[in-house]
Amino acid sequence: MNTTLLFVLQLGTLILLLGLVYRPLGDYLAVVYSTQKNLRVERAFYRLIGVNPGSAQTWPVYLRSVLAFSAIGVLALYVVQRTQQILPYSLGLPPVEPSTAWNTAISFVTNTNWQSYSPEATMGYTVQLVGLAVQNFVSAAVGIAVAVALIRGLAARRSSTIGNFWVDLTRGVVRILLPLSVIAAVVLLLSGVIQNLNGFQHVTGLTGATQTIPGGPVASQEAIKELGTNGGGFFNANSAHPFENPNGWTNLFEIFLMLAIPVSLARTFGRIVDDHRQGYAILSAMGIIWIVSAGLLTVLESAGNGTASQLAGGAMEGKETRFGIVGSAIFGTTSTLTSTGAVDSMHDSLTSLGGGLVMINMMLGEVAPGGVGSGLYGILIMAIVAVFVAGLMVGRTPEYLGKKIGAREVKLASMYILITPTLVLAGTALSFAIPAVHDSVVKTSMANPGLHGYSEVLYAFTSAANNNGSAFAGLTASTPWLNTALGVAMLLGRFLPIVFVLALAGSFAAQEKVPTTAGTLPTHRPQFIGLLIGTIVIVSALTYLPVLALGPIAEGLK
Amino acid sequence: MSTTPITPPASAPRSRKPSSAFGVRQLAASLPDAFRKLDPRVLWRNPVMFVVEVGAALTTALAIAQPFLGTAAQTAASPTSLAFIWSIAAWLWLTVLFANMAEAVAEGRGKAQAKSLRESRTSTLANRVASYDAAADAGAENSELQQIASADLTLGDTVVVSAGELIPGDGDIIWGIASVDESAITGESAPVVRESGGDRSAVTGGTRVLSDRIVVRITSRPGETFVDRMIKLVEGASRQKTPNEIALNILLASLTIIFVVVVLIINPIAAYSNAEQSVPVLVALLVCLIPTTIGALLSAIGIAGMDRLVQHNVLAMSGRAVEAAGDVTTLLLDKTGTITYGNRQAAEFAALSGVDAETLATVAAASSLSDPTPEGKSILTLATEQGFTFPTTVDGTVVPFTAQTRMSGVDYADGSSVRKGAGSMVSAWVAESSTLTDAQRAELDAIVTRISQVGGTPLVVARRDTSGVASVLGVVYLKDVVKTGLAERFADLRRMGIRTVMITGDNPLTAKAIAEEAGVDDYLAEATPEDKMDLIRREQRGGNLVAMTGDGTNDAPALAQADVGVAMNTGTSAAKEAGNMVDLDSDPTKLIDIVGIGKQLLITRGSLTTFSIANDVAKYFAIIPAMFVASYPGLAALNFMGLHSPASAILSAVVFNALIIIALIPLSLRGVTYRPGSVSSILGRNLWIYGVGGLIAPFIGIKAIDLVIALIPGF
Repeated sequence: MNTTLLFVLQLGTLILLLGLVYRPLGDYLAVVYSTQKNLRVERAFYRLIGVNPGSAQTWPVYLRSVLAFSAIGVLALYVVQRTQQILPYSLGLPPVEPSTAWNTAISFVTNTNWQSYSPEATMGYTVQLVGLAVQNFVSAAVGIAVAVALIRGLAARRSSTIGNFWVDLTRGVVRILLPLSVIAAVVLLLSGVIQNLNGFQHVTGLTGATQTIPGGPVASQEAIKELGTNGGGFFNANSAHPFENPNGWTNLFEIFLMLAIPVSLARTFGRIVDDHRQGYAILSAMGIIWIVSAGLLTVLESAGNGTASQLAGGAMEGKETRFGIVGSAIFGTTSTLTSTGAVDSMHDSLTSLGGGLVMINMMLGEVAPGGVGSGLYGILIMAIVAVFVAGLMVGRTPEYLGKKIGAREVKLASMYILITPTLVLAGTALSFAIPAVHDSVVKTSMANPGLHGYSEVLYAFTSAANNNGSAFAGLTASTPWLNTALGVAMLLGRFLPIVFVLALAGSFAAQEKVPTTAGTLPTHRPQFIGLLIGTIVIVSALTYLPVLALGPIAEGLK
Repeated sequence: MSTTPITPPASAPRSRKPSSAFGVRQLAASLPDAFRKLDPRVLWRNPVMFVVEVGAALTTALAIAQPFLGTAAQTAASPTSLAFIWSIAAWLWLTVLFANMAEAVAEGRGKAQAKSLRESRTSTLANRVASYDAAADAGAENSELQQIASADLTLGDTVVVSAGELIPGDGDIIWGIASVDESAITGESAPVVRESGGDRSAVTGGTRVLSDRIVVRITSRPGETFVDRMIKLVEGASRQKTPNEIALNILLASLTIIFVVVVLIINPIAAYSNAEQSVPVLVALLVCLIPTTIGALLSAIGIAGMDRLVQHNVLAMSGRAVEAAGDVTTLLLDKTGTITYGNRQAAEFAALSGVDAETLATVAAASSLSDPTPEGKSILTLATEQGFTFPTTVDGTVVPFTAQTRMSGVDYADGSSVRKGAGSMVSAWVAESSTLTDAQRAELDAIVTRISQVGGTPLVVARRDTSGVASVLGVVYLKDVVKTGLAERFADLRRMGIRTVMITGDNPLTAKAIAEEAGVDDYLAEATPEDKMDLIRREQRGGNLVAMTGDGTNDAPALAQADVGVAMNTGTSAAKEAGNMVDLDSDPTKLIDIVGIGKQLLITRGSLTTFSIANDVAKYFAIIPAMFVASYPGLAALNFMGLHSPASAILSAVVFNALIIIALIPLSLRGVTYRPGSVSSILGRNLWIYGVGGLIAPFIGIKAIDLVIALIPGF
């Protein structure tokens, strides 16, 4: 089948599926985060942790709750990894090495799921299930909670509170992520993804060579890995591994899982602010970027680099034949435009410009549709910046959804936008600027010399600071420098933006709503959608063009 | 007793016609100021331009050091020739200088106005009443007068001013009446009448009494008079950054920080590929990326916005008020003088049955004898025209019209009295002593309704005889004439999302008819100052920003409460104190222009910000290939402008970056063209011109400059 047709069919199927869940899932999310009713199991949990579910928090309290919960998560995950030899189902694996354990703890708590290790050779089942899987759920729930807090702020009038973090967290896990991932796991299981506690099977092949075949509770992990835009694979090969992603259908289904919640949150947003058109506008901006990016990547990969790939009908190095160019391109685009970071092909082997494109996907701030929660709050911040400049151009103090964008709001939005690029650029630059680090990076970490090696490092910091987690697989990241620096990038790249988002939520919640008049800048029309996309693209293009020019662009234009 | 002006009076009315002419002469005149503003202690307030200045100083230092460093400094992969470095340094200094010139030119326009104002200020001698006694000697005819300098006058002093003298300070007339030449302040040469009591008692220091003699109580402290404030305002000395300007500055500072990071990390990374850049090239890239265009013009735009108001003869007490004007969503417009011509004319005497027209006409006329308003006079005129005769003197106490009672009349010495005024008030007055029959009431209502429905003002006339029995005689029909062209302006406002509310003391029916004829969105009928205040509060609770005009002392609380309160210059000092703008022409219609000016100010800022950021794309395409093409020849593909050489490409971008500031000074002073229209059309238009235009213009500009620079040997 020709590439164009395949692309249209696959993308069309995804759009159809997403169209089917958009309204019911989005509305369900809105109800979950708005209702006063608590389930029995939730009430029991609230009593256990001593939280009154009826009391709302101010933004500083909400923020402290997020930070405290995440800090405990990092600590717990670190301890579990360091003591894995005494835990059951350790598969005889030793404790995880400290710098890797710290990096991994942060990675999973920040919803990054960057893996500087080979999972099947490092983590036993207990660490995977009790440590990593738990964070897969709660880190996703934290993301949604923060996004919902911001939406509440935009919807509120003269309110000092933005909701209760513990309630949002619990409901996110109990009512959304758990049930959905059970359904998804069953679907995956039926499609051929494995689910067992078999450990390693040693078999002798036809040629007489012995092989060690890992087993594990993969389907359940896989479901939340995609659904919560986590991306941490059970196996090192991630979704390229046949036990995780056996065929083209599971591939498409996993892409759908990555998009389901982030896309539906646009609906939730529209519903809570009581204007569905606003939700559709955000959805449109997300969708257009996603479709254009997937199309571009398909074109670049189909064209390939050099004669070998042209003979093969595309750049097939690092791709699975069962997914082909199109399946790999859409998966790669989705994984980097959400904060998933799962891979079904090796991004290191993408064409130079294709590799640059998946980097750009992350550099856009992962807003199309982005990680669960983080994508929505990310694009709302961009909307605020777009509204500020455009609002001035129509002669009014800019306002978004009736909330004035004053000095405080601009300050917080600007800080949000400053953080991630600074982490990416500074991290990459320091990797080359510090002499001792330079040696470690160039001699140990980089798999390739020259421009491509540099792209691997740039990709690593882009992925970490944006909490994506995917990698240019060639890079050896389990060095002290990269484990530490990427850990810091993940930590700051996750929680500093959350600080600013929650502060914004508080500042919006306290405001009165300005009534909409004919003089209000409409934020639901194609004009604004175009402006929003333009703002997202221009801001990241201006920030990253020089570093891209020195890597993928220089390589691609050789 | 004499007040001696030491300086000649400002005689000829000054013209405040927009002087948008902008030429080499103005630029040259601004040069000294522009150089003074290079002082880093002044410049650091503008972070964007401060970064440029630091870059310029750094590049200059490197240019000076270059010959002494020998070849050591020339290892970078990018241009390093001495001519190149000096050129970059020179153009960076010019960039800062151009930014300073923009501000200086904007300030310069105000300075000329301030100069002529200053001439009217200082060195007047005042006749202070030593101990003023209002009861014993209200006219201060026999009090002791002290001659002191006007600058020494302070709050609460009482002074006497006679014909030909300058009024020494702001104050209220507490005794007397005089015609005053206020041309020094308003530019209007026709004298105005000022008298004690009422809403026309305020006088401004520096204006000249042409006739009569008045006693004035000073209401301002030295150095804080109206003229002092005006001077500070037009000079821009007391200019504080407005909320939107602060927000925009934060955004610009953040962009600057991002680009500083972007530029700082280039060399560590480039070193890995042996593509290290020389410092001047990095500085050039930084300056081209940070939003210098808007950074340079931002304060000029703000000053020019205030100046545009001054050209409209409106003084804003703060830039904040100008900005708020752009945000206004509700306009409260007084009917009289704003929507209608103000002078309602009596057109008909409609007597109730059983009352003859003559009785009604003569009573109406009698009650209007001491009524100085045009309406009152028009009743006398109509009565005379219709051949009725009436006494021309009043034997009794005049009851003046007030906003609370909304009726006027006379209490005669014999115990009888007459009233005319708003229907509900007069009815209530009648009801105090007598009751109307149902038939009378029905007939009265019919007449009132008829007049109201055609937009007229019914003035009910009643009489109470010596025995205390009151009766309604009939109604005077006052015709109200709506100004032409207003309906279109209100339609414009509606499309801009601004609701107009007409405020009137008329009854609801009259108000409705006029509101419909004028095309306002809503009206507040039979409004007392308290109602007005309530309306403002209600609108503000709903998140609206309210603008209004006012002149009376009873308007003062509402003026203070409104987000934009425009006091008429003819008004009381209380009103002027309460409002945040003063209209020197006392033209309430101007509120609409003020809103337009506020919007234009914001639009100009937004548009130039968009332009400035959009420019960066082209500059990247000029500079990035130039920087790295030596190490990666493939990047030449990005140089699709076909720029001559790396050195010429970088210099062209820097030169364009500097020249665009000069090119945009006229626009920032004049303001972006603003036509009332729908928000989408305004945004679409500005996005095309300043967004898309901002993307394309620098490609053309940089290419053109490059063609010239290519001719210079060494580039």
